[in-house]
Amino acid sequence: MIDRRSLIKHSGAAIAALGAGMTAPSLRALAATAVLPFENGERPLVKYPQKRPMIVLTSRPPQLETPFSVFNANVITPNDAFFVRYHLADVPLNIDPDVFSVEIKGKVDKPMKLSLADIKKMPPVDIVAVNQCSGNSRGFFNPRVAGGQLGNGAMGNARWKGVPLKTILDMAGVQGAARQVTFNGLDGPVTDKTPDFIKALGIDHARDGEVMLAYSMNGTDLPVLNGFPLRLVVPGYYGTYWVKHLNEITVIDDVFDGFWMKTAYRIPDNDCNCVEPGTAPKATVPINRFKVRSFITNVADGATLEARTRSTLKGIAFDGGTGIKAVAVSTDGGNTWAQAKLGDDLGKYSFREWQMPVRLAVGEYDLKVRATSNGGEVQPMEPLWNGAGYLRNVVETVRVKAV
Amino acid sequence: MVNVCGSGLAEVGATPLSYKLPNETAAFKPGPNLEIVRNNCTACHSADYVQTQPRGPNFRREFWQAEVTKMIKVYGAPIDEADVGKIVDYLEQTY
Repeated sequence: MIDRRSLIKHSGAAIAALGAGMTAPSLRALAATAVLPFENGERPLVKYPQKRPMIVLTSRPPQLETPFSVFNANVITPNDAFFVRYHLADVPLNIDPDVFSVEIKGKVDKPMKLSLADIKKMPPVDIVAVNQCSGNSRGFFNPRVAGGQLGNGAMGNARWKGVPLKTILDMAGVQGAARQVTFNGLDGPVTDKTPDFIKALGIDHARDGEVMLAYSMNGTDLPVLNGFPLRLVVPGYYGTYWVKHLNEITVIDDVFDGFWMKTAYRIPDNDCNCVEPGTAPKATVPINRFKVRSFITNVADGATLEARTRSTLKGIAFDGGTGIKAVAVSTDGGNTWAQAKLGDDLGKYSFREWQMPVRLAVGEYDLKVRATSNGGEVQPMEPLWNGAGYLRNVVETVRVKAV
Repeated sequence: MVNVCGSGLAEVGATPLSYKLPNETAAFKPGPNLEIVRNNCTACHSADYVQTQPRGPNFRREFWQAEVTKMIKVYGAPIDEADVGKIVDYLEQTY
């Protein structure tokens, strides 16, 4: 299948080398490229430690996008294909899990340091949950906005295993004045003038029993680039909160005013979290839960289907934690809709697979998919815009031809 | 220490302790004041941060000026005042 979202092509150099009968073309000549379907969307595909070749948005700090075909092959995103997003270039390259510890401090009765072994001795929980970059799909914004120009591959769905943050906060004894909890990881800035990447959650959210310190992903250690040996998992929330290499938890009696909460990762404070394109919001709030989204994964834009034959459209849907109520598919550009059959329910934070049989007469079609959450949220037919390029969740369209 | 190489082929056991990132894939394109750009920008990020930004009328001088200002004011980049205009010239003319 040709995937419009990550059309993989091999460089002319590689083809030329093979054409000339070379038996061992250099790795460089074989370097492949992905083309994301927006202007200036050409990206190298590079293999990183513990990863298959990934779409490289940036090398340093590393930002790697998942090739979209992965979402068709697996409802659980394999660890070696899971997207990577760092903010700051001092990425930890030497991590000893036997020495690693996480410190719990601030407004607690018993400040403590827990080793990885201590944490693994506690009763574990697990949850299947999507992680998605706030700026996933930013490259599709119109008008375009500055920032990481991602296609749709900065998301993934994994089974996370670890210890509820609540357990650890209860052990430490949160004091009455506590308002927020901040999270810091081993990664940091190159210069101390750059604000360290620290995120905060409200104390009630932090103690909801679902926010987790995860040491396992899909049954094995976290890949290094996904936060080994311990990361925060914040089900239903954008990835910015999922602090990697988590080694510092601080309970505070204030609202954290660090750059990555107070200035960055803010969305318009209104019902749609959107503004007229090109304008600035009057007020903002920290980004929070995922907007409901859905994708067709098995048919790419521009694909040709066999006419007068039954074929099956399939894909995924997810939302910010109420679960998917329904997925509707349109083969006529949104005029009429039919309900897709939902796949196994892996939990309200997971990708939910869907399927829809179609039989198309000869012609051209705009296939659309629209999810509704159990919370009643429906994907918009027209994209909503904000200047930071967050929250994209428009009804996706795949144009196909039946012959 | 166990070593896990950039190729990811040499993993020993399930627990990587030490690893290496692959070489960077992008370089700053030739243009005016290239050395100044390299000296000021590459300490914190690779060239693809610039290369992958959108193109078009909304992404000309004003945009690049704002980006350089952000690097200084927000991220604390130690860029000499005298170099700011030169960096913006490069970005505007090269990307």
